[in-house]
Amino acid sequence: MLEQCEGSHAVAQAVALSRPEVICAYPISPQTHIVEGLGELVKSGALQNCEFINVESEFAALSVAIGSSAAGARSYTATASQGLLFMAEAVYNASGLGLPIVMTVANRAIGAPINIWNDHTDSMSMRDAGWLQLFAETNQEALDLHIQAFRIAEELSLPVMVCMDGFILTHAYERVDMPNQAQVDQFLPPYEPRQVLDPNDPVTIGAMVGPEAFTEVRYLAHAKQMQALDLIPQVATEFKAIFGRDSGGLIKTYQTEDADTIVIALGSVLGTIKDTVDDLRAQGHKVGVLGITSYRPFPISAIRDATVRAERIVVIEKCFAVGVGGIVSRDVRSAVRNRPQPVYTVVAGLGGRPITKDSVNTLLLQAMSDKLDLLNFMDLDWSVVNRVLDREKASRRSGPVAEGVLRDLGTVHTRLS
Amino acid sequence: MEQTQVKFYQTGTFTIGNRLLSAEQRSVQANVQRSNSLNSGHRACQGCGEALGARYAIDAAMAATKGQLIAANATGCLEVFSTPYPETSWQMPWIHSLFGNAAAVATGIAAAMKAKGRSDVRVVAQGGDGGTTDIGFGCLSGMFERNDDVLYICYDNEAYMNTGVQRSSATPPAARTATTMAVGEHPGNDFGQGKNVPLIAMAHEIPYVATATVADLHDLEYKVTKAMSIHGARYIHIFVPCPLGWGAASHDTIKLARLAVESGVFPVFEAERGEVTGVAKIRRQVPVEDYLRLQKRFAHLFGSHPDVATLARLQARADRNIRRFGLLESKELG
Repeated sequence: MLEQCEGSHAVAQAVALSRPEVICAYPISPQTHIVEGLGELVKSGALQNCEFINVESEFAALSVAIGSSAAGARSYTATASQGLLFMAEAVYNASGLGLPIVMTVANRAIGAPINIWNDHTDSMSMRDAGWLQLFAETNQEALDLHIQAFRIAEELSLPVMVCMDGFILTHAYERVDMPNQAQVDQFLPPYEPRQVLDPNDPVTIGAMVGPEAFTEVRYLAHAKQMQALDLIPQVATEFKAIFGRDSGGLIKTYQTEDADTIVIALGSVLGTIKDTVDDLRAQGHKVGVLGITSYRPFPISAIRDATVRAERIVVIEKCFAVGVGGIVSRDVRSAVRNRPQPVYTVVAGLGGRPITKDSVNTLLLQAMSDKLDLLNFMDLDWSVVNRVLDREKASRRSGPVAEGVLRDLGTVHTRLS
Repeated sequence: MEQTQVKFYQTGTFTIGNRLLSAEQRSVQANVQRSNSLNSGHRACQGCGEALGARYAIDAAMAATKGQLIAANATGCLEVFSTPYPETSWQMPWIHSLFGNAAAVATGIAAAMKAKGRSDVRVVAQGGDGGTTDIGFGCLSGMFERNDDVLYICYDNEAYMNTGVQRSSATPPAARTATTMAVGEHPGNDFGQGKNVPLIAMAHEIPYVATATVADLHDLEYKVTKAMSIHGARYIHIFVPCPLGWGAASHDTIKLARLAVESGVFPVFEAERGEVTGVAKIRRQVPVEDYLRLQKRFAHLFGSHPDVATLARLQARADRNIRRFGLLESKELG
């Protein structure tokens, strides 16, 4: 049924339709509306046979989910930013134990400086934690990916992170096609665990493993992610058969068949990039877009095949490995290794800075004439950066960096007038 | 179940006789049907107080729940010595996740059972003092305040033994550990630090809090059994001497636990909804020195120049426990 609603509401409904049995909630912006919505559904009785637990930290949120999942309950939680870092130890533990928890990450920057707005630094910090990571482009896709995530997680016995851009998606009101319970039940069978804490068939979970077997256990986690490369498209196909729309999969391509230049990105910024590409196409430029839905496992073959004709690749990413450069682009480079095409890294949208069509347009025109550096920062204000660097040269006690930058910029009011 | 107090002390051992009790009140361990949940063959040190305490506690909980019990374990000695891959000593469903989250994992298991309508399956969480009073304290307090249906058992050996005897917030003053060295003007752990988690648990007004030791295993079983008859958050803090970490003889584990109780160093009591409902009385208080002398972690207090001032402060702490909990059968201090 078509519905005009907030992204968080859409996700809460999708999770509820997936019949979770335990939900753990701890507030952090911008995921709060999701667990608030679920809490209301449980308390009102609309969502039956489900325990909603208000925990004391994100570390506890995921730890409770670890316990409930190991006890055979379909388990869900949501977090963002600092919360994801605070639960980091449990993030690795959930995947190491092979527990099919589904967790929404409402993508948000990591401090310091503290910043509540969107970028991908949080989930990227957990990219090697053994979870599957699926990135939503729209609210519809966020909704659909959650339903698919339970299916994928439970099939593989691995946890899945559904990443959606904080505020840009979580707080945006858009039209979504809300599935009904019968459709979801047809797609998602009840959870049948591979391992479960059962007094009538006791097992030990979480034993100590030494060098004699640790490599094998870790390799098996990798092998499961490789299985996911086949499973994720299969699940998307089955999803389409029941729900009637394309959602999920490993990657999505737009105008890439004859493209000389292919832009790669994740999440909601793909919309802006596609609009820009439409304009450039109208001017005769052969540009295309490749959206990565499954960041873990990383679809090396799919990306390699989809970019085979391109002369160059531009990766626009909302994250940044300080001291090295791009994060997504390094993975993309590994996918297209041994090819002459340059892979340009464009770091953009950090801490919620808008990625505008104008900026993308300028960037792509530069890219098409190969005037980009290998590492670029979209809309970086060099005058602000240089003032700080000069100040640090001039004085040992140059003061806190962020506060100095804000002082240089002046108040918001002075910038508007 | 009410515990029948049988004052039968065998000559020289102070052991309470099991045979004097009615059949249903005898020790779970005396029953051939005991579950042996923490089975033999594990790799605990000789004389390990924690292994002894865990065996009695979990078998009692298993008996009370007719085997419908799941355990969540914090990282620590108990976890390491019981589950070296691919072996396990646990004859029960058992999970180890992390050092600091056993209480939260147990909450999750209890929530799963509730969601599935399995009210017969109960949950116990267990950890050492580091996993309980320090790194797991946030999750423990959260479990308490939500009154989740979990029995949390802390096996308190007063330091991080698994990592090589480092100080925890349960380490007593003056004790030598690897991070409170027996050097300097005030050797050993500082006075005026540490926390009393049984009292903090009581401040959460949870249904049941108890302390116990491996010197009175029947009392320990009684308290676990009682805890399993109650729903909601429950906490049992068990004093478990560690021969390795304390520098004590393996054969002195039970003796040390008994001296800790009889000196007033470790008060044994139970409390319901924040109020003390019973204490284990002491017939005659023994000097704290008798307890300290058996342990090398306190060796710097003795020798040719005994640290009389520190010994007096430790005695005063024990005396305060005696007064605070009314531990002496007669009013006078021993």
